Amino acid sequence: VRGILGWGSHVPRGRLDRTTIAPVAGGGGGKGLRAVASYDEDTTTMAVEAARRALSTAPVPPSQLWFTTTTPAYLDKTNATAIHAALRLDRETAAFDANGSTRSTLAAMSAALDASVPVLVTAADVRTGRPGSAEESNGGDAAAAVLIGEESDGDLVAVLLGRASVTEEFLDRWRTPGEVASRTWEERFGETKYVPLAQEALKLAVAAAAIGIEEIDRLVIAGSHERACAAVAKAAGAKPGAAVDRLAATVGNPGAAQPLLLLATALEQADSGEIIAVLTMSDGADALVFRTTGALSRRRPAAGSVAEQIAAGLPISYGRYLAWRGLLPVEPPRRPEPARPSASAAGRNTDWKFGLSSTAGLLASQAGTVTTFTVDRLAYSPSPPVVFAVVDFDDGERLPVELTDVDAGRVRVGMRVDMTFRRLFTADGIANYFWKARPIASAPPEPGEGRDD
Amino acid sequence: MGSHGIRDRVAIVGMGCTRFAEHWDKGLDDLLLAATGEAFTATGLTSADVDAYWLGTAQSGMSGITLARPLQLEGKPVTRVENFCATGSEALRQAAYAVASGAYDVAMAVGVEKVKDSGYQGLNAFPIPSDGTQRSLTAAAMFSMVAPAYARRYGVDEEEIRHVLARIASKNHANGARNPKAQFRREMPVERLLSMPPVAGGLSVFDCAGVADGAAAAIVCRVEDAHRFTDNPLLIKALSFVAGNGSGLTDPAYDYTHFPECERAAADAYAQAGITDPRAELAMAEVHDCFTPTELVLMEDLGFCERGTAWKEVLAGTFDLDGDLPVNPDGGLKSFGHPVGASGLRMIYEVWLQLRGEAPAERRIPSYGDKALALTHNLGGYPGEMVSFVGIYGTPG
Repeated sequence: VRGILGWGSHVPRGRLDRTTIAPVAGGGGGKGLRAVASYDEDTTTMAVEAARRALSTAPVPPSQLWFTTTTPAYLDKTNATAIHAALRLDRETAAFDANGSTRSTLAAMSAALDASVPVLVTAADVRTGRPGSAEESNGGDAAAAVLIGEESDGDLVAVLLGRASVTEEFLDRWRTPGEVASRTWEERFGETKYVPLAQEALKLAVAAAAIGIEEIDRLVIAGSHERACAAVAKAAGAKPGAAVDRLAATVGNPGAAQPLLLLATALEQADSGEIIAVLTMSDGADALVFRTTGALSRRRPAAGSVAEQIAAGLPISYGRYLAWRGLLPVEPPRRPEPARPSASAAGRNTDWKFGLSSTAGLLASQAGTVTTFTVDRLAYSPSPPVVFAVVDFDDGERLPVELTDVDAGRVRVGMRVDMTFRRLFTADGIANYFWKARPIASAPPEPGEGRDD
Repeated sequence: MGSHGIRDRVAIVGMGCTRFAEHWDKGLDDLLLAATGEAFTATGLTSADVDAYWLGTAQSGMSGITLARPLQLEGKPVTRVENFCATGSEALRQAAYAVASGAYDVAMAVGVEKVKDSGYQGLNAFPIPSDGTQRSLTAAAMFSMVAPAYARRYGVDEEEIRHVLARIASKNHANGARNPKAQFRREMPVERLLSMPPVAGGLSVFDCAGVADGAAAAIVCRVEDAHRFTDNPLLIKALSFVAGNGSGLTDPAYDYTHFPECERAAADAYAQAGITDPRAELAMAEVHDCFTPTELVLMEDLGFCERGTAWKEVLAGTFDLDGDLPVNPDGGLKSFGHPVGASGLRMIYEVWLQLRGEAPAERRIPSYGDKALALTHNLGGYPGEMVSFVGIYGTPG
């Protein structure tokens, strides 16, 4: 019997208020918020964050790691190896990318469910689109991870009952490599294709699971065709109210990460013995049917449910969002751009650079306290100013390190922080990954405290 | 084994120093020729009479050829040295030891930096290939953490500390205004300094050293030969140097209120020179005021006052030009400017002028003629990870 051993998610802290889009872009936008990856996040770093949460309660380490996204940091080079290094996984744990289409996530899930070893599937996406587009407004940035394995690996939180896929070649949404925006065919055409495909896949999956559609307690519907998703939610035939909130008002649609992010919310809300179905529409349809178990409550990530992360958002102005995505070329700092990191030097120091682990200890998994700090308006940063702190970790180590996800005016001595894997800058196409400290979201600074600069 | 120093064995017999400024119209060679030319003229020597050269530059040139080419030296040993912002002092240290050893009779130390050709404000480090995990913070930001730490440790109000730092900058501007070779020659009242916007922590641009091009040079020989070149030599009493091992950055006990490398360098220098009460024995000091909090803390690290009292002494005017112990009478890095490789020798140039009675009346230290010892302190790096030099000099007594 195979199923889910654990899960985790990452919702970046930045939130763009969609009502702020139209006054600048002349149109687009809408209601609610979308999650925005910080300037120092990419799909690799977000996948690391989600995977760290997933493994925080895992009974076994993975023997394979899969990473899926439509917006990889690198082509040719495997991105999953940086995730592997940041998670300090065993050398014999394989790390694979399955990148490009949103369906890659279901490809990885399918491979994980077919495998005979524990497999960690991580999915992350940064969805952008042109200013004022529906893609920009509906999109969101997030990551999620699930650990798949056997009952013999540990108590499964959800057992796979059945699954099915149907495939059909047609053109609904496409993007040529390197472009920021995707293009779509007339919306009605995709809807007429996706709704029957989804219904067919779900029917086949519940048949394989030997249950009825009406027994589904929570139905996750994922896909980039919004109208088709809404139509399927209505027409699927699951229990009333079974359709899982697609987080359109709080996160947006995080592309390849959407199926697993919504699965994470379903797992976080479910009780034991529930039927959860995951139904995705991406150039065909895929359906997975699970039954939750009593292990569910024991495997909740130690900190940071999807709901908690949604609640911990920080507002980001539309201008800053556009600058971070490279869509508004703002004046760079008048400092020399940083040199590219050395591949050989980084290769000698992967434990430190990617794992934040030294002979003195493993800092990546510790919390610490800001002992002193400064705000540097002179140093180079992709998004000035640099906020920098001397952090004393709970086990006694000290590290002078950059802070992120932080309002420079709200930092104070004594602030509690933990570590997060980030991309410091990119030079010569090389993503320079290292760790930063961030305020622990559950303990926000008191309003009015801190420095006023 | 021990650090014995070369007290009274080596004399400085001639010095030169350019004005420190944004020398848009002068290149490295022009600066080198100007500073060395002044020293040659002072001693009556030519470049051929000097047996060996030490050139200090942090990042304006590589190898001894950087000096041998503009001076057109023939068959001379020239060593390029680098030790962060203490590079100029390091050049003197090496030249002094070379003549003390007897290896050479006459040596020259030259310090130079051409920083204003980079196209950027401030100083920019030469990138050494790395794994990309190094801090990218500016020196200003690193040193800015000293002020709040000091205020917390000694219970000084944050406003009061701002005032103390402005007082230090104002004093150095006042001294620089009296110095024709200084980069900035305008007095800056405390109130004006307090109104400047912060750029790094609580520090404004006016808390930072001036960024300038410049060069300085010194000719040294053994004391017994000094009379051949000058009637008025300056004797080296002590030269000390400490390179920190960087442990302060990760030491949870380090609190950013002192610089251990400077304390150690000072202790060694005082032992070499036989000084037991620096506050009373020194006529003046030139210290590395790269940022105003640095000068504050150095007053304690160098033993000029007790721990936790420097801020009161600053407010009391102890380190003013007419104070008990004048500090940076030439304007310091703040006002004279900081061409990295030249600054250490520039400090000694001020000692050269002051102790030998050549400083102009408007900035002459009040103890001239009473006290015969002076100190220069030169550091490089950051709190927790720095190099420090302390030199002590005196007139023949």
